[in-house]
Amino acid sequence: MPWQPFPVREFRLIETTGLRKSYRKKTSRRSGDSPTVDAVRGIDLSVAAGEIFGFLGPNGAGKTTTLRMLATLIRPDGGRARIAGADLFADPAEVRRRIGYVAQGGGTTDHVSAREELVLQARLYGAGKAQAVRAAEDALKAFDLTGFGDRPCATYSGGQRRRVDIALGVIHEPRVLFLDEPTVGLDPASRAGVWEEIRRLRTQGMTVVVTTHYLDEADALCDRVAIVDHGEVVAEGTPAALKREISGDVLLLGLEPGEDVAGRAAEALRPQPYLHRLEDSGEEGLRLYVADGAAAIPQVLRALDAAGVTPGTVQLQRPSLDDVFLARTGRSLQQS
Amino acid sequence: MKLARDTWLVFQRQLLLMVRTPVWIAVGIIQPLFYLLLFAPLLKKVLAPEGAGSYADAYQVYVPGLLAVLCIFGGLFTGFSLLGELKAGIIERSRVTPVSRLALLLGRALRETVALLVQAVLITLIALPFGLRVSPPDLLLAYLLLGLLALMTSAISFGIALMVPTDAAMAPVVNTVAQPIALLSGVLLPLTLAPDWLQRAARWNPFYWAVEGMRALFSGHAGDAAVWQGLLVVALMTVLAVSWSARLFSTRVR
Repeated sequence: MPWQPFPVREFRLIETTGLRKSYRKKTSRRSGDSPTVDAVRGIDLSVAAGEIFGFLGPNGAGKTTTLRMLATLIRPDGGRARIAGADLFADPAEVRRRIGYVAQGGGTTDHVSAREELVLQARLYGAGKAQAVRAAEDALKAFDLTGFGDRPCATYSGGQRRRVDIALGVIHEPRVLFLDEPTVGLDPASRAGVWEEIRRLRTQGMTVVVTTHYLDEADALCDRVAIVDHGEVVAEGTPAALKREISGDVLLLGLEPGEDVAGRAAEALRPQPYLHRLEDSGEEGLRLYVADGAAAIPQVLRALDAAGVTPGTVQLQRPSLDDVFLARTGRSLQQS
Repeated sequence: MKLARDTWLVFQRQLLLMVRTPVWIAVGIIQPLFYLLLFAPLLKKVLAPEGAGSYADAYQVYVPGLLAVLCIFGGLFTGFSLLGELKAGIIERSRVTPVSRLALLLGRALRETVALLVQAVLITLIALPFGLRVSPPDLLLAYLLLGLLALMTSAISFGIALMVPTDAAMAPVVNTVAQPIALLSGVLLPLTLAPDWLQRAARWNPFYWAVEGMRALFSGHAGDAAVWQGLLVVALMTVLAVSWSARLFSTRVR
């Protein structure tokens, strides 16, 4: 039965060690050797019951591959994983019963309604006919889909469709819900709506794992994040703790347009003793990492003045998750 | 039990989708009509030297071939519908549920089989006033053969859809598979008209055996070796095709 209660003693709902996956690279010529690409190079995770856990990283970092492995869609090459008490390798069928998964693109059929999809989904999870009809009705209410739930899916807006996708993913009341980039392509209001739904699911005791490449999403939504790059976890912790590791403040220095202004400004600032690090963020200007932002501002302006560079704007910022990413990988998440 | 239940669920949904896009049903009925009305008269002339003097004789040869070609090609091209479902994420959404992987394939292939058999019945009915004569038991056996053919070719086609890297690659692959099958099975003209070497080559084509079996049934020779041979070859091929395709449904990543 898919609706069975879950043993309470399973406190760690997801535990993986050394989970990895590589793909054979397609070569156009018959070169004999086919190099492999390591999509995921050994991921260790531990997600507690009731957490909203985020994978943050650029496109191609291996977030989706990891999620699809955990959702039994891809067989990992190696490692170990237990999800909601079931072994991913030994008993993927049991894992399937205990998890829900919502792909980035969703998966609704244009010509049928949300209600019809929900009924079928519940039945695929083993519910009887009457039980499935009831589950669909409850889901329509819980996700506020009643206004359009009997129209064909083709007529839904992006935000409506996303709510349907999530409702489909949890129709069998799974212990763990995996969401792949749940808010990509949504307008700000729908995005806030999706976050609301995710938080609501958590209050019902569900553990939620999301992937995202949005910094604010990881920051605002997730209790804990793993920052992923090139198939590896480069940092893990609560957003607040991760940001605390980046000591001090960030000064964002906007520059007036001109010939090699950024280069000259960087040259003038690098020798300054209060400067920990300096990164060129292109359009945005220069990011200066300093111990005390407020105290550094006049000194920065003076140094620029002496070098004959006119600053456009100076902003004092607390470090963001992007700064964490930058510190660990040497690249900005927004640029990669 | 679970397999039957899951297959029924998938089949039901597929049937619902077909009913909701009636244009395909219309096309499915009109196309075979054209074949019957526009091609058969030509055939009567071609087959005249073979001793086919009347429409009835021509239909006796032509209708079984037409039915076979309908099921072979109808089946082979059904994979295109799967491409849309793959793209929309519907297969992936099914694959995370505990639904049987074989049911994902069988439900779809059976929808196609049923649709093709309905077409086959329609064609048979339309051909009757033109003088087609076939005994009901022979006809039922012929439909069994056709059903297996449709199931097999749909399974192959779904397998191809799961294997091809892009949508654009599907059409050339299917056509490359379909063309020699058609030419070497004598679906439109009987291969008795063909030179020796072509007849020998055709013996390596499993679909040739199917078409031979169909023709024997439609000419009232249910006892011919061609009938059981055709059924056996097609049944074996169906098992192979379905297990190959079902494997892909459970392992392919797309």
